[in-house]
Amino acid sequence: MTDIIDRLAGVTPGGTVDALRRHRPATRDNAQASYHALFENIEAASATLAERAAVAQFVAILHDDEVAAAHYAALTRESGGEALERAVTELAEAGRTEGPYGEYPAEGPLVGESVAGLRFAVDDHAREILGERTAASLEHAHLLVFRPRESSVAALTALGAAGWSTDGIVTLSQLVSFLAFQLRVAAGLRLLDTEDAA
Amino acid sequence: MTEQTIDRAEAATTCTAGAPAPAAAGILSHPEASVPLAFTQAEIGWLPWLEPAEEATLTERQYEGLVDRGRAKSDYFRLLVRDPDILRARTLTDKDIFYNANDGLPRAERELAAAATSRFNGCIFCASVHARFATHHSKRHDDVQRLLDDGIDAVQDAAWRAIIDASVALAATPSRLETRHLDALRAAGFDEQAVSDVIHSAAFFNWANRLMLSIGQPDNPPGE
Repeated sequence: MTDIIDRLAGVTPGGTVDALRRHRPATRDNAQASYHALFENIEAASATLAERAAVAQFVAILHDDEVAAAHYAALTRESGGEALERAVTELAEAGRTEGPYGEYPAEGPLVGESVAGLRFAVDDHAREILGERTAASLEHAHLLVFRPRESSVAALTALGAAGWSTDGIVTLSQLVSFLAFQLRVAAGLRLLDTEDAA
Repeated sequence: MTEQTIDRAEAATTCTAGAPAPAAAGILSHPEASVPLAFTQAEIGWLPWLEPAEEATLTERQYEGLVDRGRAKSDYFRLLVRDPDILRARTLTDKDIFYNANDGLPRAERELAAAATSRFNGCIFCASVHARFATHHSKRHDDVQRLLDDGIDAVQDAAWRAIIDASVALAATPSRLETRHLDALRAAGFDEQAVSDVIHSAAFFNWANRLMLSIGQPDNPPGE
């Protein structure tokens, strides 16, 4: 079975990075098991494959990872159609920025470290294409990707109002957070493997 | 005690057999909680914003998701166990990255990568736990405390500077990790397995921070 991180990072079979990964089989296998749990062996009642793929494509583009973006865009197209894939691409392009940023509580000593930045919102036109649930999930994904320290009860309330269940919010939170891991491992190993091959 | 209020997006939450539409999320808020405002190595608590699964109703699959049955006592893990398969895979990934330390990066430096990532992302809870672990394994309380008090740019020795810089560069979105960060780690004496371990330890905390921040809040223990 193809290992997804090997594929996203372009790991050279038999090379140094391949050997480093195989020296930590539990890490390698459970990163793969995480992908399997979120994208292959799913509970569609909490979040459908198209909903998961749209979020993943959006998050991959926000991370400026072209390989992962192409992978998840294909999954969006297969599970949700071309209009969805196109809408997600346009929104992600509009939502690109650099993080992490965000406000710390005004009454605390960290307020001096507060950094202003984009507050992403899905426009009405895109909202019609995506539907309320997916629109809300992308807004939440943008929050978690770029300003996780501003996560709030209000953000979860917005997801609930858009139709997300408690189980669904747990899955969505895992999904975005897992991608923050997967895309960084891929980016780091890609850098290591490039040096190895050079 | 913390006052806990339940605010449901929809009034009807009764689940009956054969009714597949899940109820909209019930949100928990904690208006009386004491929120930590600064990074600390002290033990602090965590309060969920969504209802954890009830311990009495946990299935065998959910216990497998918890990995350690004792985690059924934790609100955090009983909330995550609503999606047991990803919780199990995540927990096993976490344990291997941080505890499989026969070679590669020493435990203290794995915890330092976790603490630096948490400091940069702004996860006061995660930073408290892993700064404490970094101090425990390194016996360098003051160096760890400087990371918490003065931030990622505070003065550190060359090896810790290399760990913190690589972790922070990787935590940026998009990633700013470059060859020079990996070279600095090698120059500080870390081998290729250790460099890979830095990447994994730091990357993992981008998962942990976002999960911990997304679904609940840190809480000062009573009396503080």
